[in-house]
Amino acid sequence: MRATVLVRPKPGILDPQGQAVESSLRHLGFEVGEARVGRLVDVDVATDDRAEALAQIERMCEQLLANPLIESYEIELEHA
Amino acid sequence: MSDLRPVIPVVVWPGSNDDRDAQLALQRLGADSPRVWHTDDDLPPDTAAVVLPGGFSYGDYLRCGAIARFSPILRAIEAFAARGGLVLGICNGFQILTEAGLLPGALRPNQSLSFVCRDVRLRIERTDTPFTSRCREGQELTIPVKHGDGCWFADHELLAHLESSGQLVLRYAPGGNPNGAVADVAGVLNADANVFGLMPHPEHAVDPLLGSPDGALILGSLVDAARLSLAAPV
Repeated sequence: MRATVLVRPKPGILDPQGQAVESSLRHLGFEVGEARVGRLVDVDVATDDRAEALAQIERMCEQLLANPLIESYEIELEHA
Repeated sequence: MSDLRPVIPVVVWPGSNDDRDAQLALQRLGADSPRVWHTDDDLPPDTAAVVLPGGFSYGDYLRCGAIARFSPILRAIEAFAARGGLVLGICNGFQILTEAGLLPGALRPNQSLSFVCRDVRLRIERTDTPFTSRCREGQELTIPVKHGDGCWFADHELLAHLESSGQLVLRYAPGGNPNGAVADVAGVLNADANVFGLMPHPEHAVDPLLGSPDGALILGSLVDAARLSLAAPV
């Protein structure tokens, strides 16, 4: 089963990449508010059980994919 | 006592690039400093302290230090630190120690988004640690930084705790913060005062020919403490 993990800098964490993107968008003439840059990880897990897949990916996030001090994460499982 | 050469290994990961400078500096300061590979399960016999050097372990993929922290040698270092063993992380080594949870906080991309490579002025906040004993309280040191991800971060609660517990041992001198680190923090000590990480590179400043000898105060303090620990091995 394929999952997509979205990792974001937590609110309040300085995000200089997001600020640079935001400023570039304004230079291009777009009227934008805040932009923030995170990370996307697609991962295939060796199970078709949704609950089991979710539990595994949560452990992956806690151990490696996100740093809980500075990042939040969101898991999207593909539809069966 | 002073002729004993304490064993202070320097760990090498794929992408480490300051390991030989660290090794040379430690040897000049009186240590026996073998380089050990990250897949080793154990530290060398009689290890009195261990250094995690600068560089770009695993290409800084995912987050700096996030992958290196799962190396087999890290399990040995965690056990060594838990027994009170002295551990020093420099730059990428500091990032690895925060990712491993051995030091508080996290290191984020520099506020400027630029890689910073220059001498910085640093202020020593405490001298009663194994890493700063050769310094004077309030002393200013000149040591280079060279990093893209040196913006140390802690939330308000953690920062207040670390301030009150005296763990913020090294700061950039006022007006000289090169990366946007919270509270100008350049180096952090753990609660038990045996693990220390810093972004500046003391191993690049151990001789006047290199621009400054001030880094030898930090590495020399470590060698002194390692030598003392030989009397009471961990």
